[in-house]
Amino acid sequence: MSFEPKNPVVKWVDTRLPIIGMLHHALYEYPTPKNLSYWWTFGSLAGVMLVVQIVTGIVLSMHYTAHVDMAFDSVEHIMRDVNYGWLMRYMHANGASMFFVVVYLHIFRGLYYGSYKAPRELLWWLGLVIFLLMMATAFMGYVLPWGQMSFWGATVITNLFGAIPVVGESIVTWLWGGFSVDNPTLNRFFSLHYLLPFVIVGVVILHIWALHTTGSNNPTGIEIKDKQDSIPFHPYYTVKDLFGLGVFLIIFCGFLFFAPNILGHPDNYIPANPLVTPAHIVPEWYFLPFYAILRAVPDKLGGVMLMFGAIAVLFALPWLDKSRVRSARYRPIYKQLFWIFLIDCIVLTYVGGKPAEEPFILIGRLATAYYFIHILILLPLVGLYEKHKPLPASISESVLDKKTSAEEAGNA
Amino acid sequence: MLKLIKSLSAAVLLSVVTLSGAQASGGGVELKSVNWQHTGLFGTYDRAAAQRGLQVFQEVCASCHGLKQVAFRTLQDLGFTEDEVKAIAKEYTFEGGPDDDGEMFERSGKAFDKFPDPFANEKAARASNGGAFPPDLSLIVKARVGFENYLYSLMTGYEDAPADFDLTEGMNYNTYFPGHQIAMPSPISDEAVEYSDGTKATVDQMSKDVTVFLAWAAEPKLEARKHMGLRVILFLLVLTGLFFAVKKKIWSELK
Repeated sequence: MSFEPKNPVVKWVDTRLPIIGMLHHALYEYPTPKNLSYWWTFGSLAGVMLVVQIVTGIVLSMHYTAHVDMAFDSVEHIMRDVNYGWLMRYMHANGASMFFVVVYLHIFRGLYYGSYKAPRELLWWLGLVIFLLMMATAFMGYVLPWGQMSFWGATVITNLFGAIPVVGESIVTWLWGGFSVDNPTLNRFFSLHYLLPFVIVGVVILHIWALHTTGSNNPTGIEIKDKQDSIPFHPYYTVKDLFGLGVFLIIFCGFLFFAPNILGHPDNYIPANPLVTPAHIVPEWYFLPFYAILRAVPDKLGGVMLMFGAIAVLFALPWLDKSRVRSARYRPIYKQLFWIFLIDCIVLTYVGGKPAEEPFILIGRLATAYYFIHILILLPLVGLYEKHKPLPASISESVLDKKTSAEEAGNA
Repeated sequence: MLKLIKSLSAAVLLSVVTLSGAQASGGGVELKSVNWQHTGLFGTYDRAAAQRGLQVFQEVCASCHGLKQVAFRTLQDLGFTEDEVKAIAKEYTFEGGPDDDGEMFERSGKAFDKFPDPFANEKAARASNGGAFPPDLSLIVKARVGFENYLYSLMTGYEDAPADFDLTEGMNYNTYFPGHQIAMPSPISDEAVEYSDGTKATVDQMSKDVTVFLAWAAEPKLEARKHMGLRVILFLLVLTGLFFAVKKKIWSELK
């Protein structure tokens, strides 16, 4: 179904800038596998969350003051005096958490179904770049309310760069704009926190572009072979995503309206005080696995390198995983390793939130070791030696198989 | 559908696990637990308790602690009339000006003013409190692990130090304070204030009342938030149900 506009205005525009044709192509002509499960909803949910964060963020910035003496009070001004300011702020703060929940599920979906494998390596890379940008944005955003955790979190994380040999100290001073986390730091963090989301938008566009070039992966991990395998995105996946969005929004609103502070830390309601260090400096929950990896090594430089390495190795995943089969559905051993890896990440999250004392230090080290063993050793080996289950001939065959077996089960 | 349920439980699991991590800095002694009227889906602030709590705050806490985020006008949320709020504000004096001659002057408080700090600055506060700095109480309930229960436990947690406990001179023993040594002496004793509504002013009662008042001070929009939340979620349930029905219909036409 190629795009031949009847409406003269649409025709006039489209011969000069084929933007309507592009949308038409994305919605009607872009073939989508017919068997995408709800795990494929999290990509569009992440897009929705990005928009929510940008819109609420722009409103908040109209009332926020980026100055060490006024930032904390200006946030309270938003909470108390600005009409629906509490709604905007809680939406933004909980929205960040929801954004990460959705993106983590999106990433693990990719890991399970082998979505990073050829020809989707660049798609995977762009996703990881978005993830890195999100982490930088979220970290700087958390500094803005200028509470105790804001200040001390910023101090701990920026100090990590001090581990770089020779130039480390100079880099930290340069990052701070002074000799400690202070007003210049807060100002530049605000500036960058406003800038980076739009950089994310740019990379998201590239991510979708790459997606539309290779097409979506699907639960079988085999490519679309003929028309039987695919359906147009609209209306099938628009309506499926809308239902997913509805369910997601209910959960989001549950946090937003009934437990808006449960994902935060009480110490951040204490104004920043450079003279008083909190008993435990804990980052936001979505950084905890990386925090656990950072603390697993007694050496500062080693910890920092391991933490960044934890993300860097993900870039190499398309080449580390030697298996020619994508989906874990047909990979009996990888499937089990996937779940163990997921549990390992949850353990790291848990340990990251605990004080650095036994038994958490030991558990953290073992979990960190396993993280790298899984990616660097097990994944390549399993790919070489694993015997995969027989693959269906096509997507439509796998869908038909499922239907018949369900009917047989119904008859029995 | 089964997969959806799986994915939801994964999301919930993830948040529960990380939550237990995030609250790792809670510690030690188990707090006393009170069934506060303003918790739960429909909870609203106990107005009478909050009004009594304001009295406790004004007559006891305010001599050392500020409440600088709270404007008098917002006290109307607790059931005070506009005139009552003006009368409360009038009890305080503020520096006004400069006037046309460039002079500063003293004026009585107005509804738009916020509770004034008891000390001119942190040094003055420390000088009057044996070196300790009494924190501002505007957000105290949200700023402590355990929230309302922590504050209530702290207020009622003063005891004589155990014989083997090495208590520093000038400090006080409190079961619930981290490290058990707190600079603030037990702030209230029975009948420290006289309630006009006839409620008996026990330490327990006053502690509960001032906790309700400070919970409101920390989260004044709680009722508006829950009220909106219920309607939003009800709306979303209907909308999501419709999406589900439409999805079923559209996908059923697919061969």
